[in-house]
Amino acid sequence: MAERRTIVIDPVTRIEGHSKITLHLDEQGQVYDAQFHVTQFRGFEKFCEGRPFSEMPALMARICGICPVSHLIASAKACDALLAVKIPPTADKLRRIFGLAQVVQSHALSLFHLSSPDILLGMDADPAKSNIFGVLEKNPQLAKDGIALRKFGQQIIERLGGKRIHPAWVVPGGVSEPLSLDDRDAILKSIPEALAIADRSIAWFKGAIEGFRQEIASFGNFPSLFMGIVKPDGGLTFYDGKIRIVDASGTLVAKDLDPAQYRDFLGEKVEPWSYLKSTYYKPKGYPEGIYRVGPLARLNVADRCGTPRADQELAEFQELQRTAVLSSFHYHHARLIEILYCVERMEQLLNDREILDKHVRAVAKPNALEGVGAAEAPRGTLFHHYKIDEQGLIRWANLIIATGQNNLAMNKSVLQVAKHYVKGEKITHGMLNRVEAVIRAYDPCLSCSTHATGHMALQVQLLSSDGAILDEVVRN
Amino acid sequence: MKKRLATVWLDGCSGCHMSFLDLDERLIEVAGKADLVYSPLVDIKEFPADVDIALVEGAVSSEEDLHKIKMIRGKTQILVSLGDCSVTANVPGMRNPFGVKAVCDRAYTENVTLNPGTPTQVIPALLPYARPIHEVVKVDVFIPGCPPSADTIYYALSELLEGRQPELSTRTRFGA
Repeated sequence: MAERRTIVIDPVTRIEGHSKITLHLDEQGQVYDAQFHVTQFRGFEKFCEGRPFSEMPALMARICGICPVSHLIASAKACDALLAVKIPPTADKLRRIFGLAQVVQSHALSLFHLSSPDILLGMDADPAKSNIFGVLEKNPQLAKDGIALRKFGQQIIERLGGKRIHPAWVVPGGVSEPLSLDDRDAILKSIPEALAIADRSIAWFKGAIEGFRQEIASFGNFPSLFMGIVKPDGGLTFYDGKIRIVDASGTLVAKDLDPAQYRDFLGEKVEPWSYLKSTYYKPKGYPEGIYRVGPLARLNVADRCGTPRADQELAEFQELQRTAVLSSFHYHHARLIEILYCVERMEQLLNDREILDKHVRAVAKPNALEGVGAAEAPRGTLFHHYKIDEQGLIRWANLIIATGQNNLAMNKSVLQVAKHYVKGEKITHGMLNRVEAVIRAYDPCLSCSTHATGHMALQVQLLSSDGAILDEVVRN
Repeated sequence: MKKRLATVWLDGCSGCHMSFLDLDERLIEVAGKADLVYSPLVDIKEFPADVDIALVEGAVSSEEDLHKIKMIRGKTQILVSLGDCSVTANVPGMRNPFGVKAVCDRAYTENVTLNPGTPTQVIPALLPYARPIHEVVKVDVFIPGCPPSADTIYYALSELLEGRQPELSTRTRFGA
């Protein structure tokens, strides 16, 4: 007689940050519940208290080594609001380039270094080979393209900000240094190669996913809301604009929402089994207010990318489904289209005649005691909200990070994949890797969302209710 | 014979791992000299025995970190403290003057719409203080920096792979 069982996947690998997953199986061996646990927490919202607001961009960048630039930008925008200044137009454009470069490197990391082993080598591949070095053996060009694309983004960040990780170049009121002619030309020179890699990668991906129809159908393929910032004309943007929300049919649910008023429409709920809070759309309540952010959501809410090649790809992407594109497997595809957009858009901005202007920083003392900054980070909408005292010292902070906004969807996706694939008394590596792979599709950043760490081996045990081990898999 | 290399993150931001990935094409060269036998970047989930070099990012902040670093020390010949969080506790250590309760209350009670309260189920508890790893286990090589640059990591790793002690005092520093 079968018993209820629990499966623990610990840690989830090839994601940014560490976590574990619990699957609950009923007497028939069917998964009936699943939880994605994030297992560590740092406390930025508290320990920034008492520090000068001007320290915030450089401090908050340390939330994440993968997307420090997004935190720099959202933080500096919150500080701009405290200063109550309009930053110089060239600083605005330079910040945009900085953010776009980061999206390229972060998306490249997610797709090539972390997820491409699943797509190239297959979901059932030998775990000893399913990593970037295994990709290098099987398809050297693909691995080298991934490394080169990430390097392309990182080098632009280094040229603008002085270092690749945790640059301090974005400051309240603008940026600290203008762009030099030499750096501008060097970046422009590297663009054709990046475009060629983006094209090659999209072609490879479209061919490769033919073998993943079943995964596409079961990897977070469900109705939800989608949220993202768009330009006034409805175009894709990473830097500034109003928030738009669409439902699963692709119909507008809300538009022109002011990011600074996020508390009116976003709620945060504590899950007692995770350090990651779940964010939901308040008018629909919890959990019906489940929404997704990030590449898939941005392409679902935007009317257009606004650059020629990315718009061609977007048109094809929108053909995938007549409604909003629902399967989270398509995050990967959306990521590639965004890479293409970012490279094209950077080229436009670098050719702007104001881009070498030396006036890149507005200087002021604080003129407001509260400020919100929001931007689209690689993984979705990011909010920084600060309150200061008369001396400019931080009194309170709240951060809403992209990964928390995908928490409900990630949990639901884990359950969907597990229900579809994890069955019976014999647990295989491929079953469990698919449960992890759907998490990889979201590209969660747990350093950002709380911060997490690993935990011993991945060990899966099927236990009967009296604790007897029915089956055990140790992945090593 | 190829060396056995591991990379680990405890309580950091993954920036030191990103700086390791910033080796770019040099990653291929490193892969020729060492096998990456454990890392968040690969699917080997159990820290193996007989690791030659372990690069450890991050501070010791939770019960899980503490358990893990002790286990790693027992299986590693050369333990490298990589980056300012592992060398000084740096950013994770900023919570120390406030205490665990205050930082958790802000995140899980004050800044919450539904179901306030610090999570306690399944996840590891935070230690009273975030600490640098050398306060918990013996460290063989310190590489400060936030993060140490890819060139610094490449130099240190190359020296260690050749069996030499890297001289880092002129190459990197706290906050570099």
